[in-house]
Amino acid sequence: MSAMENTNQDAHVEPIVHASHDLHHSHDDHDDHHHVETFWNKYVFSQDHKMISKQFLITAIFMGVLAMMMSMVFRLQLAWPGQSFPFLEPILGKWAPGGVLNPDFYLALVTIHGTIMVFFVLTGGLSGTFSNLLIPLQVGARDMASGFLNMLSFWFFAASSLVMLSSIFIESGPASGGWTVYPPLSALPQAMPGSGLGMTLWLVSMALFIVSSLLGSLNYIVTVINLRTKGMSMTRLPLTIWAFLVTAILGVLSFPVLFAAALLLIFDRSFGTSFYLSDIYIGGQALEYNGGSPILYEHLFWFLGHPEVYIVLLPALGITSEVIATNARKPIFGYRAMIASILGIAFLSFIVWGHHMFITGMNPFLGSVFVFTTLLVAIPSAVKAFNYITTLWKGNIVYTPAMMFAIGLVSFFITGGVTGIILGDSALDINVHDTYFVVAHFHLVMGSAAIFGMFAGIYHWFPRMYGKMMNKQLGFAHFWLTFAGAYGVFFPMHFLGLAGVPRRYYSNTEFPIFNDLVDINVMVTWFAILAGTAQLIFLFNFFYSIFRGQPAPQNPWRSNTLEWTAPVKHIHGNWPGAIPEVHRWAYDYSKPDKSEDFCPQNVPMTEKEIAEGAH
Amino acid sequence: MTLVVLAVIVLFVLAAVKVMSIYELSAELRGGRNDDVITEKEGKNQAFYWVLFIAGLFAFFIWTFFEYKDKLLPEAASAHGPEIDLLFNVTMATIVFVFFLTHIILVYQAYKNVYRKDRKAVYFAHSNKLEMIWTIIPAIVLTGLIAYGLNVWNDVMYSGSKDAMVIELYSKQFDWTARYGGKDNTLGKTDFRKIVAGNDLGMIEDSKGNDDIITKAEFHIVKGKPVSFKFRSRDVIHSAYMPHFRAQMNCVPGMETSFEFTPTITTAEMRTKLKNKNFNYVLLCNKICGASHFNMQMDIIVETQEEFNKYIAEQKNWMQQQAAATPAAVTASIK
Ligand code: HEM
Ligand SMILES: [Cu+2]
Ligand SMILES: [Cu+2]
Repeated sequence: MSAMENTNQDAHVEPIVHASHDLHHSHDDHDDHHHVETFWNKYVFSQDHKMISKQFLITAIFMGVLAMMMSMVFRLQLAWPGQSFPFLEPILGKWAPGGVLNPDFYLALVTIHGTIMVFFVLTGGLSGTFSNLLIPLQVGARDMASGFLNMLSFWFFAASSLVMLSSIFIESGPASGGWTVYPPLSALPQAMPGSGLGMTLWLVSMALFIVSSLLGSLNYIVTVINLRTKGMSMTRLPLTIWAFLVTAILGVLSFPVLFAAALLLIFDRSFGTSFYLSDIYIGGQALEYNGGSPILYEHLFWFLGHPEVYIVLLPALGITSEVIATNARKPIFGYRAMIASILGIAFLSFIVWGHHMFITGMNPFLGSVFVFTTLLVAIPSAVKAFNYITTLWKGNIVYTPAMMFAIGLVSFFITGGVTGIILGDSALDINVHDTYFVVAHFHLVMGSAAIFGMFAGIYHWFPRMYGKMMNKQLGFAHFWLTFAGAYGVFFPMHFLGLAGVPRRYYSNTEFPIFNDLVDINVMVTWFAILAGTAQLIFLFNFFYSIFRGQPAPQNPWRSNTLEWTAPVKHIHGNWPGAIPEVHRWAYDYSKPDKSEDFCPQNVPMTEKEIAEGAH
Repeated sequence: MTLVVLAVIVLFVLAAVKVMSIYELSAELRGGRNDDVITEKEGKNQAFYWVLFIAGLFAFFIWTFFEYKDKLLPEAASAHGPEIDLLFNVTMATIVFVFFLTHIILVYQAYKNVYRKDRKAVYFAHSNKLEMIWTIIPAIVLTGLIAYGLNVWNDVMYSGSKDAMVIELYSKQFDWTARYGGKDNTLGKTDFRKIVAGNDLGMIEDSKGNDDIITKAEFHIVKGKPVSFKFRSRDVIHSAYMPHFRAQMNCVPGMETSFEFTPTITTAEMRTKLKNKNFNYVLLCNKICGASHFNMQMDIIVETQEEFNKYIAEQKNWMQQQAAATPAAVTASIK
């Protein structure tokens, strides 16, 4: 392919920069004499997006299993407070003397559980896996714009994971101030053991994580903007890519703010500054800090923190759009409205952070402004939910395990989303803020929905990642048990919240008003055990199928997007010959005049279609 | 012991792998692999499970609702509380309706449109009209809820009345202290540098503070009399949560926050209503603050004016307390 041929002739396509031509060009020329592949550059220091994607996925699964096991441990304490579980002592040592979890370590577990789930599984893991796998393959590029930076992104992620894990093993225990690590609690080692070395490691780990995320995001953005194949205009991009692109932009704009927040916290902790601290007397001593405000930290944190929930959610929604359209054998309903809602949600997510701070003493008028912007987000979210449902209408739904999870996501997105209307209403937030009502809300809308998006993605693209099929019966079993388990865990938590139970409580036994809530906690824990056990089915299916699964056909789900035109066996550069050209959008499923019920993006338009003005 | 456990796990996994390969092999022999990734029959089964599941989910929701509704917070015991509760019920009714409606549509579509070989989906890519409908309807509903909610919010937050009784709630790891403004209903000044044993709040010499009354473990307020709470913290962020009064405000070191409400039901009345003679209103900490965050509490007693007058007359004020104790350190510190 010469550079000339690659010049865009399609009016839809934005100009492609020249550097990228050369990249394509040289790849094509050199295809016959491959670089020598060693174990190290193939599996470890790989610069190939497909391998990096698998590295992210495996790391995320590992971290996810750990975080889930942590939740089991503290769920045991919540259901049977103070009871001895002898198997805990050999595992946790001094943190569970006599098999009873210690209160400091309870908070440590909750904190690390939340941190891992939000950042390592659903940010690094979800975007890292699917943006990496799908961006080059779906836009029609040989690889990411920079394979090297992409490799660095993974290794920063791995380093950050290692630092976070190492913090669990230190004498004073890991960070314990909640995943939001509000100062002064997190700034003062006198306040709790976890605010010593554990907190330092948490901050180091997050700094590495942010570097990883920025390297990844910049790469995703550049690749989507510049390396789209001929004919792949922005309005022909699959919604997955739109979601990944906007997610990356959110990350680039918001993570630096978290970095700043963390940096100032490091200064306060180690260099005696007073950004967040003032008028503190602790440990029998009045401290020198003067003039700072913890509220500043909260503003900075939530300026990232709210977009962060969409960084978690948007890729899951993108995956769902793709999986639902493919398996309903129908175009995604309202493609442009979907793009508009992604953009709308992304924009609004930057001006709603104050809804986490209604009762911090913030000026009530400012609170009103945040109520307004927050409830605005509900509109594009509602549009998305309705569009998913309409995509099913008169479809021909193939229930692959991926499709099950995608529809499960829609259910969680609705159930968890509607309670946001309560939390976003400042007057109502007064009484439910920081209670289990919040825990229920975010586990459904962010936790369960995003995890289901991730599972949908894994089941759907497993054949593309490993060239094998996963077992569908085990997939169904995994789905139903997890679905039932998740609702069983998180739905009853609403009632705990409405009974006034605060979150991050080691036990509810100190308050007689909570005495009759014990059986809710016991039921929730049993459901958690059910959901946890169901993940063994997934783990088995996943690893079994990697090695012994049935070989995957080229396009098992009869899908339209470009990744299914690449050969099953991974090759460097993705396509052996020229990169396919794109002639249509990604959603020509069941088009009336076609004999098949799908029509891949690289199939040229017929005269008739052109005459009709299809795009 | 650990070795045995490990060995059992390894054996279990190996066995599972074996069973799995046999299963897949036999499925292949039976001709289980045809060109459909999911057969019509499998699809039908899953579609049916969807209906079962959502029906089960609805049943579970309804069951939990009836099972737990009596364990939730009792009726609000503050003047603004019923306003919040009504707003809550209206919002909740709306979202429960939306929840049921969307799930019914979702599961109906999921059931009805399951894959059949002889059918083709309808190529229906968008409809401006439909999309307008579900942009505008939520927008209208939300506008209503926002307007209503902000109205309540303004009522609650801008309630400042001049005759409110001033009480400071002072938080530290891991307890609360209450301080009344005393006769002048004005709190004396404090300085955290003056904190010593015996002067936990860091009171400094200030004539307004001499009549302040400091209590621990419980504090009393008067039915029908507005209370203006001032919140402070000495160490980390805490949050003063008084769920029965639908009241909450963070306590932030370095600044003073406030919240005002009027209690409307005395403790005694609430005990009768709940048929629980041990019931007490409580103040909880609702912002993670360390190991004993889960046990940082104070009882709140709501009583009539006469009862309150009697209670407060029994309390020593700051000057009397000092005169009684006067450790040299305290005297020195407040100078
Ligand atoms: C097996 C599934 C899970 C169970 C049983 C579970 C349970 C819990 C519980 C009970 C808490 C609250 C503990 C407390 O406040 O004392 C909690 C906190 C949290 N969980 Fe999960 N969770 C699960 C999965 C997830 C997932 C998938 C996410 C991803 C978003 C997640 C994110 C969080 C976060 C952010 C917190 C807050 C941590 C904090 O308070 O700092 N969890 N989890
Ligand atoms: Cu938010
Ligand atoms: Cu506290």
